[in-house]
Amino acid sequence: MTSPATAHLRLLEAESLHILREAAAQAMPTVLMYSIGKDSSVLLHLARKAFHPAPPPFPLLHIDTTWKFRAMIAFRDAVAARYDLDLHVHTNPDGLRQGVNPFDFDPTTYTRIMKTDALKQALDAGGYVSAIGGARRDEERSRAKERIFSVRGPGHSWDPKRQRPELWQLYNGQHAPGETLRVFPLSNWTELDVWTYILMEGIDVVPLYFAAPRPTVERDGVLIVVDDDRMRLAPGETPVMRMVRFRSLGCYPLSAAVESEAADLPAIIAETRGVRLSERAGRLIDYDADASMELKKREGYF
Amino acid sequence: MPEQLLRVLACGSVDDGKSTLIGRLLFESGAVPDDTMATLEQDSRRFGTVPGDLDFALLVDGLAAEREQGVTIDVAYRYFETPRRRFILADAPGHQQYTRNMATGASTADVAVLLVDATKGVLAQTRRHAAIAALMGVCHFVLAVNKMDLAGFAEEPFATAATEIHLLLDRLGTYGLTAIPVAARDGDNVTRPSPRMGWYSGPTLLAALEAAPIPTPAADAPARLPVQLVLRPNADFRGYAGTLRGGRLRVGDTLVNVGAGTSARVARLAGMDGDRTTAEPGQAVTVVLDHDIDVSRGDVLAAAPTPARRRDDMPLVAPLPEVTQQITARVVWMDDTDLFRGRAYLLMLGTATSIATVTEIGGRLDLDRMEDEPARKLAGNEIGTVTLSLAQPVVCEPYATSRALGGFILVDRLTRATVGAGMITHIQPNGRAIYWHRLDVDKAARAALKGQRPAVLWFTGLSGAGKSTIANLVEKRLHALGLHTMSLDGDNVRHGLNRDLGFTEADRVENIRRIAEVAKLFVDAGLIVLVSFISPYRAERGMARDRVEAGEFLEIFVDTPVDECRRRDPKGLYARADAGKLRNFTGVDAPYEAPEAPEIRLRTLDAEPERLAEQVVAELRQRGIVA
Repeated sequence: MTSPATAHLRLLEAESLHILREAAAQAMPTVLMYSIGKDSSVLLHLARKAFHPAPPPFPLLHIDTTWKFRAMIAFRDAVAARYDLDLHVHTNPDGLRQGVNPFDFDPTTYTRIMKTDALKQALDAGGYVSAIGGARRDEERSRAKERIFSVRGPGHSWDPKRQRPELWQLYNGQHAPGETLRVFPLSNWTELDVWTYILMEGIDVVPLYFAAPRPTVERDGVLIVVDDDRMRLAPGETPVMRMVRFRSLGCYPLSAAVESEAADLPAIIAETRGVRLSERAGRLIDYDADASMELKKREGYF
Repeated sequence: MPEQLLRVLACGSVDDGKSTLIGRLLFESGAVPDDTMATLEQDSRRFGTVPGDLDFALLVDGLAAEREQGVTIDVAYRYFETPRRRFILADAPGHQQYTRNMATGASTADVAVLLVDATKGVLAQTRRHAAIAALMGVCHFVLAVNKMDLAGFAEEPFATAATEIHLLLDRLGTYGLTAIPVAARDGDNVTRPSPRMGWYSGPTLLAALEAAPIPTPAADAPARLPVQLVLRPNADFRGYAGTLRGGRLRVGDTLVNVGAGTSARVARLAGMDGDRTTAEPGQAVTVVLDHDIDVSRGDVLAAAPTPARRRDDMPLVAPLPEVTQQITARVVWMDDTDLFRGRAYLLMLGTATSIATVTEIGGRLDLDRMEDEPARKLAGNEIGTVTLSLAQPVVCEPYATSRALGGFILVDRLTRATVGAGMITHIQPNGRAIYWHRLDVDKAARAALKGQRPAVLWFTGLSGAGKSTIANLVEKRLHALGLHTMSLDGDNVRHGLNRDLGFTEADRVENIRRIAEVAKLFVDAGLIVLVSFISPYRAERGMARDRVEAGEFLEIFVDTPVDECRRRDPKGLYARADAGKLRNFTGVDAPYEAPEAPEIRLRTLDAEPERLAEQVVAELRQRGIVA
């Protein structure tokens, strides 16, 4: 069966497998950044395909801020066990000690300490030449500009003005002393491609993507799901059950849910086709400053 | 979901309104989400160039610096679709200094939208972009003559630009061309026909993109598999992973490992979802062969010419790719440092890598005449014809036959950055390379007669550092030990062999290239060669090192700080350079790139020349060059 959608996704899949294999051939040791979301699920699936019947020749790394949804952590551990994966989990010990959390710290500071700094610590400790991530160019306008093999300078910084030319399918995995690489196999995928591929390949994703009644509160015009008792409620505030799902998953106090009836993959795909808001609209950390994704990337964020 | 996928490049000179046009195209085809529109309204008020109106360029200029400066720096990829087609659109920067980013977008494009400002006409940068897109294999052009509103919607400037581009493309080859007058700011002829240009009856930009031909690979093209990885999870499985190029591959087909000349049949096409019996071009495959032949990354497995066609009187339907150490290519140069004859780079082609030395610059493309003119170098953003000599044999095909085996990149060996993109036009097959006389008396025989091991002692350092002084002392000691030596001194060689060369960067590169070749000849003669040259560039010292075998080259860094050299100034050169009477003087107004890992480092501030000469001889003993 080669329906039009399938043909297009097979092209994207082949490109991603090629990229993963180039990373493994040119930029070892490498590590797959596993964030548990739908893109990571697709990335992991592709990594298993690229090297089959051998296992992926790299470990998985999860940066755990300790504020992820409980369902995400359960899903992560189940996946690692099912595929016998070498999963590394890292939390920034300094952030833990200082009690950094998304309530008392502004999103920029929280993200820098618990995500960017934590990531840099783990990459430095692992001595990785490259790190593979699931970022897509359609997510955000500075990501639209980034190379598939993206050079990071000392301190993992990204200099958008000094990007290497990247021609054909020739990926330059060479790096000078002090430099590392980020590799983005899903660069040319769109949100719709990801969901269609998940359906086509039968890939498991965290249940939070499917609409269900969940306890929510409204904050700054968006819906936050109360995932545990660390959520700070205003005096007299009671969570309200609403039929919601997530388009993008992160730390629960910073991830906005959308009201939706889409409880299965075909419904999600239909919803994604008709949606009039960008995917990262649910990420509260992106609203902080103009060009905020670019700033975070310059500091070493994915 | 539409089946067809078209990869589009949008290019043209800066300020011709490219980002505005693309922003408009995305907006009108419904690819802009509501919250992104809200951000656009905000940004338009803050940075916008169109008072009180939406500035669509801000949709695509994703970097902060781009929005501040109102220019596009890097290529951005956009995804949109119509009921007929899906599009991946690469928005390329127009500035000449960011031409490398434009080439990035061109390398994967099927169709190019070339923008021209109706009020300015075709510019040099327009011609450069057209040339690069054509060289890279774009086969259809859509000329969008923009800002028709500022040209009074008159036909004449449109017709002038269309004729000029038509003639230009004719000189470059045969290309399809659709010319459209547009006003991106207001949307005329972008997705809706303009009521303001009644004289134009052709398609809108979007309609032209929906109708542009999509190149389809030839159905009977031969299979090519550049091997990325060898997968060996256990003793029972050995698979070759790579992306299939060219044509279809079936289980049972015979594949030739082109470099080695060995062959085997495809036993399995393995995959996580089970084995397949056929694989299509573009697919990522894992091939298991019916018996073991030696295959590793960089090798190319190619469909064997069918046995029936192997008779001498019949042409091969599918000839094998060539194995070569010499190629000629069109090169788009993308670095701030110039390309010279004699410079060596890392070449990446398919999955192979090799050191590549520039042996000839055949010419540089003159953008007005679209013909090559003689050149001694290629500067950043120039296009030229370059012949490269490869240290390792590489399997390749002309770019016109195969983008996958005919396109390559050149990588700077120090910065590791991608500095050039090449498209092979001519291959000198290895079997037919310039015949190399194999001599019965060889280097080993000559050295054996002298009872020694040949070597190059390459003394590098600033003028006045003490290179010649120390080299002279070392040679006296070696001579006293009964060893056969030869000295090449920078000043002396410039009186003879290199007296035609000056001190520009190009001449310095050629100076060192000749010395490296002479040193290699002396090494072949079995001698220990002492070379004392400032040799300021790492790239050239690396090239000299590559001329001889591993272990034969010793880089000796005569490490004297520039202030000390200036104090000594034995030839009075620093005084003249400081007075401005001597140009391009290393350490004063020309750079010296110190060795990063020399075999020997001599710190002249710490010891007398005699001690340092002893240090060199001791190191030679250590390495078995001196008994």
